[in-house]
Parts: sequence; structure tokens; C-alpha cells
Amino acid sequence: MSSSARLSLWQAAWVIARRDFTAIVFSKVFLLFLIGPLFFLGISAGGGYVGAMAADSADDPQLAIAFAPDANAAIEQARDELEPLVGMPEISLVDRADGADPRALLEDEDRNLLGVLSGSLTDPLLTGPKEDVERWEGEVAIMVGAARGEAIPQAKIEIDMTDGAINRQTAQDATARAGIVMLFMLTIFLAGMVLSNLAEEKGNKIIEILAAAIPMDAVFVGKLFAMLGVSLVGLVVWGTAAGVILLLGASALPVIPPPAVGWPLFFALFVIYFAMAYLLIGSVFLTVGSLAPTVRDVQTVSMPATILQLLIFFLANFAVGQPGSALEIFAAIFPLSSPYMMVARAAKEGVLWWHLAAIAWQVLWVAIFVKIGASLFRAKVLKSGTAGREKGAGRKGLLGLFGSTSNQS
Amino acid sequence: MQTTARSTAMTNLLDQAPPSDKPADKPFESHDYAIEARGLVKRFGNTLAVKGVDLTVPRGAIYGILGPNGAGKTTTLRMILGIIDPDEGVRRIFGEDRPQRIARRIGYLPEERGLYPAMKAPDAIAFMGSLRGLPRAEGHKRGIAMMEEYGLGHAVDKKIKELSKGMAQTVQLLGTLVHRPELVILDEPFSGLDAINQGKLEGLIRQLAEDGTTVIFSTHVIHHAERLCSDVAIIAGGQVPYAGSVEVARDRLPPQVRLETKNESGAWRDALPASATRDGGAWVFELPESGIEPLLRALIEGDAGIRSLSIERAGLHDAFVQIAGEAAAEAMRSDAPAQEIAA
Repeated sequence: MSSSARLSLWQAAWVIARRDFTAIVFSKVFLLFLIGPLFFLGISAGGGYVGAMAADSADDPQLAIAFAPDANAAIEQARDELEPLVGMPEISLVDRADGADPRALLEDEDRNLLGVLSGSLTDPLLTGPKEDVERWEGEVAIMVGAARGEAIPQAKIEIDMTDGAINRQTAQDATARAGIVMLFMLTIFLAGMVLSNLAEEKGNKIIEILAAAIPMDAVFVGKLFAMLGVSLVGLVVWGTAAGVILLLGASALPVIPPPAVGWPLFFALFVIYFAMAYLLIGSVFLTVGSLAPTVRDVQTVSMPATILQLLIFFLANFAVGQPGSALEIFAAIFPLSSPYMMVARAAKEGVLWWHLAAIAWQVLWVAIFVKIGASLFRAKVLKSGTAGREKGAGRKGLLGLFGSTSNQS
Repeated sequence: MQTTARSTAMTNLLDQAPPSDKPADKPFESHDYAIEARGLVKRFGNTLAVKGVDLTVPRGAIYGILGPNGAGKTTTLRMILGIIDPDEGVRRIFGEDRPQRIARRIGYLPEERGLYPAMKAPDAIAFMGSLRGLPRAEGHKRGIAMMEEYGLGHAVDKKIKELSKGMAQTVQLLGTLVHRPELVILDEPFSGLDAINQGKLEGLIRQLAEDGTTVIFSTHVIHHAERLCSDVAIIAGGQVPYAGSVEVARDRLPPQVRLETKNESGAWRDALPASATRDGGAWVFELPESGIEPLLRALIEGDAGIRSLSIERAGLHDAFVQIAGEAAAEAMRSDAPAQEIAA
């Protein structure tokens, strides 16, 4: 074995991360962790499907036509001709005598009517609830006109299909907000897990063995990345399930204009910002959890931790509505809210270097939080002092996290 | 073992190194030592746990750190290992003042045992090795081989939580050694082991030393140190009143003479030192500075009727009492479980 020394910080972090990742992923409880959100997705999709089936199987309300038989036939023919051009209501031909009292006909529980068209082709009367009358008034007038034999005005129109009915800017704003909400939901579900991440090591004294062999920074980094890996496994599983559900219901989905950076890059950036949001809040939570003396104390701090996440979410959600404002810039710079704001910016702005700068900035803060956390752990939990080295032997400090080795002992 | 190097360290460090207000300022003398520590101080709040400990551990030694519970043994070891930094003083392992930089050369068994309960035993050994730079696959292979060698072959498929406490302790010890360290630090390794496993551990420590490994262990059971160690440091009240060879420690006390005679009185009684005391039917006293021959002559000429006469060298326990005081020795006795005292 080499007499030089030791694992680098990243090698040591890998040892910790591998142990934690496999211990979690190959545990029976992890299956429950994966299945829980799938139940939610499944129930939501199932509920939607059942609702749609129920809606499909129900008879659509019809417009009762209570003219003389020949007029009824003319209306039916006119409706069939117009249906491909203009949306027409379903119709039900009834005996003229039944239409003598249209209101009574409407209240007949055996019929599902949206209105009654009675009288004659020359003097028609449309009776029905206000919303239905306003909805179908124009179509009924065209249908009656056609039944009378009047010419239907038509013109050839060139078609230039755009993104759809939804305005691009509105859609991107909605995508930005949806991105923030998704990021918040995922981090609030997952980041809380790191609060109790050092509890096992502290409880069974493995921390002594770890602290003797590798830098505490590596323990923190390893644990953070292990939990990130666990979260990404969850994301892949849940994302795949959600994707399948969306594909199954693709025909029902509206066409959404793409975010400013395009869908592929937006999804890639979303994953990166999820990782950064997780690492940032996770490094803070890991520190807080590591300083708590007992598991009960860890549980106690979980509520303030959740409130902190909510505050970050509110800040980002509020700031996204004020593009270019000082608040929005602050939220993009403040480390804990930066990933949320940058997801929103990916939806609304196509400037890519912002993301490179933001990711570098967030990585820096993860390193700072880890360094502070590890130092606090050594000082407050392990009760480390400040001497021990010969004069002139300085510390690398934060740079140790980025180098191949760390000097912290 | 490097007996030459050790011989230079056999003198009491307190005699060798005069006290200094700033021990950390003094340069270390040699890199031939496995461990050098100067003026280690550690406070926990208002409690001064370690009060200026100096230690020099020669390479290849079996070195015992002796003291009652709460004396500062574990804190001293944790500072030496770099688990915590001292408030004052410096320490070096193999010349390196940041022990984790040479983590691959060190094995450490903490006093409070710790393993992941859901891990299988060979995985636990491999994990401990991987923390010290041993590839996991190699650690796993060695772990199985070591378990079979130490009589735990039947437990290779078992998880830690399925093992007895003693077996789990052995697994952790194997994890401490799996990467074949040059320096092994064991904190109270005999604690919790039955007499048979204590004997096995003693054999293992001797084997390690024969292979050139430096072994340091802390204990509050003097017999283990006496049987195993070439050198000891005695810690009491956070200080080290003695650090050096076991032989020198024992030689600090004059040998004891034990004399049984047929006759109770006579001129021969004048030859006994004034400090002689009765212990059962025998007289017990320190060997006079003039040696045994004048005394023997006086006993014969004075017609004492010698039944038996023995000269016994002082034991480490006697040396400990003399160095650390009766109170510390009493604390050691009360700390030690009955089986350990018997051992």
C-alpha cells in the first residue's frame, strides 16, 4: 500500500456516498418511498380516467326540436350539413304537441335537454337556461336559416397555425411558476430526509471511525450526494410513471408553447437546479441535523426547516411576477432561492450564460455550507480544538473542497 | 521490533524534557518515532481534561496507555489521531502533524464500538478498509479470509446485528487491521471481551508487533500492559507522570525481600531494616542498598534459621502506585471488571 497517505476528499466522499446509497436503495423501506408518490400519481390518473369515462358515457344534453314533421326533417338535414363547419348541438326531434309548453318539456326528467326550439321555421322560439341559450343562440339561428333554404355564407381562408390558443408569454409565465412549484414540492419531500442523516453514525459511534480516517467535509459531501442519488432514483421512477400517464392522455393535453430555452434544455436545467436546490438546502439541513444532540431534537427542528423552505418558495414565487425588479435579482442571487429563480428564468429568458454563472455560484455556496457545517460539527459535536499542528502549517480552507485532497484533519 | 530506537526512549520523558510554557514551539527531535506529542491540552467547557501530555512512541513498540476511567486516555488518543484537535500542543504521527494525511498507515479501534448493523460482516470490514484506501473488493476478500482465520468463518453471511457483542467486536477489530496498517491504535480493546477472547487479542497484538507494526492501546487493567507492553504512559488526572519503558518503571522501586525464619528473635533481627513489616509469617522489606550479601551473612551469623528468602522485583502495579498514587490505583481496581482483574 502506498505510504502517501490518504484518500482524496472526493474518493472519501465516494466511499461514504456508496455506502449510504446502497444501504438506502437496497432497503425494504425504500420501496415504500418509491411507491408512495406512485400511489398518488396512480390515484390521480385513475380518478381522471374514471371521470372522463363517466363523462363520455353520459348522454350529452340535446336541443329538442318541436316543429311540424317536415320542418323537423329540414332542421335535421340542415344540422347534419352544418355540423362539420360549425359546432352544432345534439338534437332530438319531438312531436310538435310536446313543444306546446317548452318549459314543461325542459323539466321532463326523462329527457336531458339543453333547450327547446318550438314554433315554426318562420317564427321559431328558443327556450332554455340562460347559459345554454347564450351558448347556442347563434348556431340555432344559422341552423334555422339553413332549414329555410337560405344560403350559408362561406369564404376560403388560408390557415397559419401558431402555438395554439395559449399566448406564448402567458404560457412561459405559467411554465416558470409550475417549475418553481415542482422544484419546491420535490425539495420539500426529499431534502428533509437529510436532517436525520448523521443520526445513525452519531448513535452507534461510527462517527469516531469516520472522523479518524477521512475529513469531515468528505462525510458531509458523501452523505449529501448519496441522498441526492436516492432522490434522483426517485425522480427517474416517478418521472417515468408521470410520463407514461401523460402519454396515455396526450390527446387531451393542450399544446403548450415551449419555454424560452426549449423543452430539452429546460428539462436538463430543471434537473440541475433540482440537484442544486437539494444540495443547498440539504447542506444546511445536514448541518442543523448533525448539531442536534438526539433524534427527538432532529424531529423538533424539522418544522422550522420546513418553514424555511416555504419562505424560500414564497420569495421565489413572488419575485417571478416582477421580472427585472430588485427583488427578482435578489432572489436569483440569494443562494437558497437561486435555483428556483433560475428555473423560472429558463422558462422566460433564453440567455444561457446566466445559467452557467448561476450554477457556478450555487456550487460555490454548497461548498461554503459544507465547509461551515463540517467545521461546526467538529467544533460543537466532536469538541475539537484549534491547535495540533506545527507553526506555519496553514489550512487550505474552502479550497480544500475543490482540490484533489483536503488538508482538514 | 526496533529495540535500538526504543532504548533511547526508555528514559522517563519527564526527566528528559524540561517543562516549557510553549511546548508546541519546540521542534520534534526525530522521525524515528511512530508518535510524538508535545504539551497536548484539551478543555471541555470548564473542565481541563488533558493537561499538557507529552508522549513519544517508538516504532515497533507495544505501547500501553494506563490510567483509570476519566484520566484522559481516550481524549489523548483522539487528539493524536486528529479526530479532534487539541487546544494547545502539537502531535505527529510518522512525522506528519495532520494524521488524516497518512490515514492509510493507521488503524484505529475506538472505545465505543460502532458498526452499521444492517451490513454483512465482510462488508463492514471492507468498508472500514475502504475508508483507509483499500479497494472494496480486496477488503471484502481479506475480510472473509480474516474472519475464517479468527474463527468467525460461520458468520461471513451474517449481518452485524445478528452477531453477538463479542463477535461484532472482533469484526470491528478485523476492520481496523484489514488494510495492514503500520500503526494500530486500540482504545480499551479488552473491554467487554471474555477471558478467552482477551487471550486471543493478546496473541494478536504480539503477532502484530512481531510483524513490525506499532501497537498502542489504552487500558485500565495493569495486567494487560504488564504482559504485553515494552513501553507505557501512565495517565492520571489528565497528566502523564510517567512515560517510558516498563522495565524502567519497575526499576524505580527497589526489589522487595521476603524472609521466613525458624526463630522469631535473636541478634539477626538487628540486621533487618527499620521499615520491615510482617506479612503473615514472613518479613517483607525493601532490598537494602548494600545488597543481599551483608544481610544474608548477618542472618546466618545471628542464627535466624532461614526457611525461605526471596527477592522479588517490583511489579508494574507497584510502580503505578508509586507514580500515580494510591488513589489512582484504587480507581483502576474499581474500574476493572472482576474477570479482567483475574486475567
